[in-house]
Amino acid sequence: MNDANQKTHAMDFSDMGRTPSAPTDEVAISVENLDLYYGEAKALKSINMKIPKNRVTAFIGPSGCGKSTLLRCFNRMNDLVDICRVEGKINLEGKNIYDKDVNVALLRRRVGMVFQKPNPFPKSIFENVAYGLRIMGVNDKEVLTAAVEKALRGAALWNEVKDRLQDSGMSLSGGQQQRLVIARAIALEPEILLLDEPASALDPISTAKIEELVDEMKDKYTIVIVTHNMQQAARVSDYTAFMYMGDLIEFGNTDTLFVKPTQKQTEDYITGRFG
Amino acid sequence: MRNWFKSGEPWVWMTAGAVALSLVMVYAVVWLTAAQGLVHWWPTPVVETTFTDRDGTKTRLIGEVRNREEVSLIRLRESGYTIESTDKFTNRYLFKQGNRDISGVDFKWYPEPMLGEFTYPKDVISVERREWGNFYGHLKAVKQEGNVVAEGPQAWDELQKRLERSNDLFKQIVSIEKNDIGKINYKLERLRLSERKLEIQDKLTADAKADFEKKREELNVEFGGIQERLQALREQIERDSFVATTMDGQEVEVSFAKMADAILPNDMSVFEKTSHYIHKLIEFVLDDPREANTEGGIFPAIFGTVMMVLLMSAMVTPLGIMAAIYMREYAKQGPLIQMIRISVNNLAGVPSIVYGVFGLGFFVYFLGGNIDALFFPESHPAPVFGSPGILWASLTLALLTLPVVIVATEEGLSRVPRTIREGSLALGGTKAETLWRTVLPIASPAMMTGLILAIARAAGEVAPLMLVGVVKLAPSLPLDGNFPFLHMERKFMHLGFHIYDVGFQSPNVEAARPLVYATALLLVIIIVVLNLFAIRLRNRMREKMRGLEGV
Repeated sequence: MNDANQKTHAMDFSDMGRTPSAPTDEVAISVENLDLYYGEAKALKSINMKIPKNRVTAFIGPSGCGKSTLLRCFNRMNDLVDICRVEGKINLEGKNIYDKDVNVALLRRRVGMVFQKPNPFPKSIFENVAYGLRIMGVNDKEVLTAAVEKALRGAALWNEVKDRLQDSGMSLSGGQQQRLVIARAIALEPEILLLDEPASALDPISTAKIEELVDEMKDKYTIVIVTHNMQQAARVSDYTAFMYMGDLIEFGNTDTLFVKPTQKQTEDYITGRFG
Repeated sequence: MRNWFKSGEPWVWMTAGAVALSLVMVYAVVWLTAAQGLVHWWPTPVVETTFTDRDGTKTRLIGEVRNREEVSLIRLRESGYTIESTDKFTNRYLFKQGNRDISGVDFKWYPEPMLGEFTYPKDVISVERREWGNFYGHLKAVKQEGNVVAEGPQAWDELQKRLERSNDLFKQIVSIEKNDIGKINYKLERLRLSERKLEIQDKLTADAKADFEKKREELNVEFGGIQERLQALREQIERDSFVATTMDGQEVEVSFAKMADAILPNDMSVFEKTSHYIHKLIEFVLDDPREANTEGGIFPAIFGTVMMVLLMSAMVTPLGIMAAIYMREYAKQGPLIQMIRISVNNLAGVPSIVYGVFGLGFFVYFLGGNIDALFFPESHPAPVFGSPGILWASLTLALLTLPVVIVATEEGLSRVPRTIREGSLALGGTKAETLWRTVLPIASPAMMTGLILAIARAAGEVAPLMLVGVVKLAPSLPLDGNFPFLHMERKFMHLGFHIYDVGFQSPNVEAARPLVYATALLLVIIIVVLNLFAIRLRNRMREKMRGLEGV
């Protein structure tokens, strides 16, 4: 456990309702009455939560509970699904990201995302990392080189690839590819990093490396991680949210949630009675 | 037995058999065309023998044996030959006896029993002429301005020496006719057109008229000069001639101007034959056709085919790719787009001649006619774009191959993994940026596949071309040294049509048959080369995408 976890955070239960909402120091994202529909089906039911800044927040819950859907609301990736409709607010620094005047491309630069399966582009390692910057219009070779090195160091991949930056990103191993896409995301220096089951397709050693990396990165970024693996949530996160059937059941300090859950469903899930 | 069926073994044999059969057929096609086409230029020995006709008269016969087939003796007797034999069947030979100008027929069948002993005299010459086909006979003498300069055994050496000179002169004449005179004619025509244009616009002042007159006069003077040079060359090439006796004993004098090549077919080493063969093969690929396409080369047809295919590719690729991008990436996927997709797929099944009719009606008459009326009123009533030409032919074929490109590109786009698109969007890329920077590069091998299929289809297509631009003999190539260099309105020659024309429309079918096969082989080779080029390009693209699933 890291030292951030050992601190006991001031719990703020004032607006908790049935779902205990975020404890916190400083809020990065606040979700207000978020409903999400896939066609007629309601996939997220009035979610309220405050995600703390520069901490690791984990979403756990059984398959189909809506944890990935909620994560993808934070950078509006759900916009890509035609039948998806969102009601409610998600505030990022006081600004609702679902407002009409929000530039989605700019939002996604601020809120980076790493997916379940590593998805490097069929380009060189260098170009993979420089991709976001090039889209922003950065084409200066020196600026790019510096940014790529910084991002690769940030993703703990620099030492492994520094001699073959021109090789294809596809030539790396699965774990390296996942760190490559993390580097790709942090090259844009986002405020928030969303990780959607980043280690589920990886072997244990690669998984450990990713977890280590998450731990290192939280000083700089607010990290939200969706995971299937409860041990992983317990290992890497400061706060954990348990979701079930589109509801946010419980949200709190990871240690507390795992040791002394307040809700029956949470307890059943983490003790393995369902899920 | 039951177990054998259950094991699936028969299925394996059946599928393998299908592959084997396909392979055999492909090889058969290539082998047949190669075997029939490529032997054409190998010097065959010239036979000298006697022939006893129906009325018992004996004549001398000189020629190449081109074919042999079995024939029933009853049939021969019925046609008037008296043959004493108890056999039911005998052979007959097809002789290429040449000398079409003297005997009228250059290919003729002769029954074996009526032929004498075959001899191969070493002094028989086989002359390839620029008119009237081959000449066979015994060389007697070589003349210069009517006076004998060499006779007997020396005549052959003299002939070869002078042949080189006359061929050299001939090349000069052709070059002047094609380039210099062609250029002047072209300039004169443009001068006429610009004058006519001013006239139509009512701007033809006396000054302008005088100016035109002056320019025309200059060109005419230049033309006169060239004519004189040409005349001098013609006189020089007519200087020499040779005398030879034909098979019926006539003495014939042939001018060197008409002679393209001469060999002693019965007195050649394998090395000489090989070098002659290679020389002829190169000529076939690089020369213009002669004698209603039955002799000479097929360069204009090769050029036309390749250029048409390239123009077609340049038109169909952007159009097809853009259409596919809209249909797959932007259009709302619903019944309407589904219907459009089905229609596009069905377009691929429309008979090509229908496209030809459409091309003629819409492109040539409607579009071309309007372009002429708007931009080229000065050349009325002669059409510019209002008549079939390489532009319309390429456009028609582009239309024909459009479905192939659209379908292949759509397929490629749909195979781009969603995770890759999301990866790009999550990095702040807009839809267009994602498309340009990731999706299209990943789909590019599929686009190349579409193009490869399009090329394969277009290069082999003949029927629609006959309506929209292909001709039997084009006076000039669609690409030349006269401004604006690329003449999109010109008619062109095409290998596919050339095969049809030479094989079925030719006045001399026997002479042309080997050329049909050779041309077919060349067409196949060209399509293969174009395809290989595209496939190499695709493989290089694929190499970059390696590791990406489904591409």
